[in-house]
Amino acid sequence: MPIPDSLERPPLLEARGLAFSRNDEPIFGPVDFALHEGEVVLVEGDNGAGKTTLLRILSGLLAPTEGEIRLRGAPLTLRDLSPQVSLLSHQAGLKLDLTPIENLRFAAGLHGARAGMSPTTALAGVNLSGYADEPVRHLSAGQRKRVALARVLMAPVALWLLDEPYANLDRDGIELVNRLLENHANRGGAALITSHGAYAYTSGTPRRIRLHARSGEPA
Amino acid sequence: MSSTLSACGAVLRRDLTLVWRRRGDAANPLLFALMVVALFPFALGPESAQLQRIAPGVVFVAVLLAGLLALDTLFRGDYEDGSLEQLVLSPHPLPLLLACKIAVHWLTTALPLILISPLLGEMLHITPEARWLLPLGLLLATPLLSLIGAVCVALTVGMHRAGMLLALLVLPLYVPALIFGAGACMAAQAGLPYLAPLLWLSAALVLALVLAPLACAAALRISLA
Repeated sequence: MPIPDSLERPPLLEARGLAFSRNDEPIFGPVDFALHEGEVVLVEGDNGAGKTTLLRILSGLLAPTEGEIRLRGAPLTLRDLSPQVSLLSHQAGLKLDLTPIENLRFAAGLHGARAGMSPTTALAGVNLSGYADEPVRHLSAGQRKRVALARVLMAPVALWLLDEPYANLDRDGIELVNRLLENHANRGGAALITSHGAYAYTSGTPRRIRLHARSGEPA
Repeated sequence: MSSTLSACGAVLRRDLTLVWRRRGDAANPLLFALMVVALFPFALGPESAQLQRIAPGVVFVAVLLAGLLALDTLFRGDYEDGSLEQLVLSPHPLPLLLACKIAVHWLTTALPLILISPLLGEMLHITPEARWLLPLGLLLATPLLSLIGAVCVALTVGMHRAGMLLALLVLPLYVPALIFGAGACMAAQAGLPYLAPLLWLSAALVLALVLAPLACAAALRISLA
């Protein structure tokens, strides 16, 4: 049913009673939350609380055991989801034998690129311009993280799912992530980021979803 | 929104570049097959009639085992560095992208073997009729082996040290391709009609071309979950 513009627009992403169990052992949930355009939400929880699992479910890699995910008000299907979401997971998805530019060129071929964005500008956006032709194998863990962030930055999607984006980054890197998130939110994008609490999103006070090991309660 | 064609192009270009960057590793299957075939005359003696009789079979088995050697690398690297996740999350049809990956794998591991197969046959005194049939038989059999192998790799990629399991899964499925491929060359050597086994191979190849990428995509989604 079409929703008139005068009514409130449905959230970009909405989860209702979302829970996941592996081999009958509950990992997290049930959780309910909504993510609106222009919003950055922090998923908090201890190690093993299911933060990564939650992001993998929301990206469509895993099916939830219970509950429902809605994308712009419509029940989620993988076909609708993949053009809208970019996932940064623990494994950066980079080829060590290729240079950052080659890696990003591959990502652009696979996911497309945001208007006005190219592998070169995306790399400049994460302050790695000088390393364009260096194999990723020679880059530090923090620099690899930045290349992976450049991929997310370049993807023409509204929803960013970032798993521990602050890990391995120096102070400048953390500020960079915060700036990227702010810009993304300002142009109407949304982001869900996980953190085990050591680093945090510092601009403003983001909404938080708290996951607890075993039985989670949304805060 | 980039087109599916350019996504396939990106996969092909990246995988070919990766093989080129590690071209030392890429030569392994070739050297392996060459060594196996070179050792047979030493083990059996240089009597040409005996070598000639077993030549097509030996070349086929050597190529098959060389392919098995390189099979595990098909998705392993992508699985471990997270590229596979990105492939699954792309908005393009996964079976098509995987078909591109399998094509590169075949081009870089099997095609060089096909090109030197007349030489491999010559080392075993293969008859002239069978010598030209050998590359043709391999041209039909090796893509079939790559496609079947890819499905099995996709199923086992989530496990650590899946090498032995992979071999157990794959070998029974390889046997028909071996029987028809080597059988055609054996028949040609004996002066018998050899068209039927080649047609069987072609039919199986068409079937695998259509079904294997789909099965591969389903298996990879399971492995990632």
